[in-house]
Amino acid sequence: MRMTVSDEDLASQAALGDGGAFSLLLDRHYDRLFAFCFRLTGQRAEAEDLTQDICAALPAKLASYQKRSKVTTWLYRVAVNAAHDRRRRRATYIKASDGWGDWELARQDEMTAARANLDWLTAAMARLSDDLRDTLALVLDEVTHAEAAQILGISEGTVSWRISEAKKRLRAMKEMEEAE
Amino acid sequence: MSDDFDDLNALRDAMKAATPKPDATRRAENLALARKNFDDLQGSAKAPRPTPVTGLSGLFQGVKTMLNALTTKGGLTATTALVACGFLFLTPGGQDLLRPKGPIGTTVAEGDVPVAPTIAPQTQNLPTDEIAKQVQAPVAPVAVPVPETVEQMPMAADAVGGVVQAPAGSDLDRSRGPDASGSALGNPGLGAVADEAPVMDGIIAAEPAPPPVMMPAPSATMTWSLVAPENGRLQMPEPNTEAFANATDNPLKITAESPVSTFSIDVDTASYSLIRNSLTRGQLPPADAVRIEEMINYFPYDYAAPAPGGDPFQPTVTVAATPWNPDTELVTIGIQGIMPDVDNRPPLNLVFLIDTSGSMDDPAKLPLLKQSFRLMLDNLRPTDQVAIVEYAGSAGEVLKPTPASDRTAILKALNSLGAGGSTNGQGGLQQAYQVAEGMAHDGDVSRVILATDGDFNVGLNDPQALKDYIAGKRTSGVYLSVLGFGRGNLDDATMQALAQNGNGTAAYIDTLSEAQKVLVDQLTGALFPIADDVKIQIEWNPAAVSEYRLIGYETRALNREDFNNDKVDAGELGAGTRVTAIYEVTPVGSPGQHVDPLRYGMTTTAAEPAAEMGFLKLRYKNPGEADSHLIEAPITHATVAGTDQQFAAAIAGFGQLLKGNGYLGTWGYADAIALANANRGDDPFGYRTEAVQLMRLAQSLSGN
Repeated sequence: MRMTVSDEDLASQAALGDGGAFSLLLDRHYDRLFAFCFRLTGQRAEAEDLTQDICAALPAKLASYQKRSKVTTWLYRVAVNAAHDRRRRRATYIKASDGWGDWELARQDEMTAARANLDWLTAAMARLSDDLRDTLALVLDEVTHAEAAQILGISEGTVSWRISEAKKRLRAMKEMEEAE
Repeated sequence: MSDDFDDLNALRDAMKAATPKPDATRRAENLALARKNFDDLQGSAKAPRPTPVTGLSGLFQGVKTMLNALTTKGGLTATTALVACGFLFLTPGGQDLLRPKGPIGTTVAEGDVPVAPTIAPQTQNLPTDEIAKQVQAPVAPVAVPVPETVEQMPMAADAVGGVVQAPAGSDLDRSRGPDASGSALGNPGLGAVADEAPVMDGIIAAEPAPPPVMMPAPSATMTWSLVAPENGRLQMPEPNTEAFANATDNPLKITAESPVSTFSIDVDTASYSLIRNSLTRGQLPPADAVRIEEMINYFPYDYAAPAPGGDPFQPTVTVAATPWNPDTELVTIGIQGIMPDVDNRPPLNLVFLIDTSGSMDDPAKLPLLKQSFRLMLDNLRPTDQVAIVEYAGSAGEVLKPTPASDRTAILKALNSLGAGGSTNGQGGLQQAYQVAEGMAHDGDVSRVILATDGDFNVGLNDPQALKDYIAGKRTSGVYLSVLGFGRGNLDDATMQALAQNGNGTAAYIDTLSEAQKVLVDQLTGALFPIADDVKIQIEWNPAAVSEYRLIGYETRALNREDFNNDKVDAGELGAGTRVTAIYEVTPVGSPGQHVDPLRYGMTTTAAEPAAEMGFLKLRYKNPGEADSHLIEAPITHATVAGTDQQFAAAIAGFGQLLKGNGYLGTWGYADAIALANANRGDDPFGYRTEAVQLMRLAQSLSGN
């Protein structure tokens, strides 16, 4: 019966205090959320932790859900913000993606550690700047540019710019690696 | 291989393949956690509920949970120390030890913790286990807000702005209850850390807690990043990626040791506009954003104009008492550039290089830029030529070189610019220079005007390569002006570097009236150089001046030998513009001397102060020439400072107050305002009045 209820209705019910609706909603979206977290972080363990963060915080965030927007849009926004908060607490993380010298060192370290279980793409994405990676992760998740703009609170033109910038950087990384 | 990136589908498939399945156990755990938090949140979200705790095990369970969460050495040491301190407070000796020292703690504790006063004295002499028993029953759950003590702790910096709410009913809080009525809270460290423990406790053990929050990642350095659960949202400061160009303050120099001071002139004004922008937004500017010489040079001063036919500029040197120090003197060096016959000015070739990347999509950026250029267009002549190049977007050259009289075409091209789109990444700046060189005819003045918000992704990504490129283009005779727009990611440092290397000026445009000042009122000065590579060298006379200090110009310092080396680049002076530099000097024998004379040093046996304080030397090149000319003049006491110099001194004082360099003593904003107000002069454009308003704002914001 409940399986046919829309996400939006479930979220509204949950906001009113229906625990069952909340569980069902999260259950529906958990896998997708995790996949998105993985895209944002590029590491499995990190993605698990980030998902846990989001799950723990989600009940309190229900208040911020507005009925007129899609649940997925809202979830993406919560996830992006949670990832953002998580990164802020890890200054080293930012440093690793800043500047070519540090970048290269961090890359070598990461490569040796992560080669076993990560393919090239995830490793490369982890080295994009936060903004670019968030935007690319959204677009790779088949979110339209307009929706991504809404989630990230920026203009659609900026989303397009970031995507092309991300493509350019990835291409540069690929070329560098092929040159090596 | 690069084709993979043009179409995101390949990437998307690869990503899907790479994404692992979520761990089933973690999934169940996380879902359960979310449900638990959800249930906890129902009912009264704000008031924490007490749980029954049985006997001693409750206390130790809490400590154990906390210790489990603190796995690093530092954390263990800290908690052990805390427990030791806690026991110390429980002894009568410990109570006496702390009582006189805790004015903050005692007021907080007595005001906010409703503990029956009879309990406290009783508990003092009881063994610990009995305290715990006694305390459990009567103490009502309390929320203990300790905002003051938290802010004092450097490690709690993350939580500033939020209120740390201790969920009462957890064990640690309870055990602290009786102490609080005494003076335990007098120790800020204990208060804040103990407050946080229950927060973590609440998350891990999922006890009744305020709205659930994300657990701070246990980092190696054990930073206690406090979580401030206010409506369940984390409150953190916005990140700011601005970079400012500055160096440490010019130090006090001793004339006997280093009598020569050399620097390049600086006609930029970006720093003043940035400061104005910060202050009008209600924030004191970052100290690094304050460049005092740019503040002083923002204002027009009425210096004596050079005689026609002579040198292109005229130095005016005055000496006056220092407003903030009666024992020193301010030597103000003003340089007034000649105003050539404007009617016969050579034609201008302007290339607008406009940043239209996605980040320019902001009312204070691209739209303001368009309005600014529209204002400027009205002041150009039919013989002038304009071209527009954008450096994000598919097309590079938006407008081919067009006579300024064809307003329709230019405005149309300007209006067609829109932020966003993809970056073609190749050669915005190269193309702009190429266009400028193509437009050049004999006698013309070519200039590239770069308008940006700081995203210097102009083909050459590496900042050093960018500077080298621009320095190379300097010889081609094309000048560069950099206009900064918007805040947030403004790369002031790179803007400065580009303008300095490219024979140009940097200005920051925050309002349309600033655009009018830079691009309309001072258009001639901004676009027509009358002297290149202007350097100033002053040799102070040790017999008259014992110490000196150059105020500002930190980023413009030159080596002594650079003065005579015509290869070394320096600042340009525009038509009719003026530059002011201020030295604070200590006369010989003045009590204001900071440094004692050396016992075994050179014996400067000047019976009376010499007539000449120092000797001023100026070097400049005529535009486009390679050899420099020299102007020399002695500095004497004879000249008297007028209102212009006094106003410049007030601005110098204002800048130093914003920087907080410690040379001003008790002289404060009130004195700066009084001095500036008294020397406003006729101020036709209202710039000086605005400066006084900014001083008043800074005074309020700094709380003085």
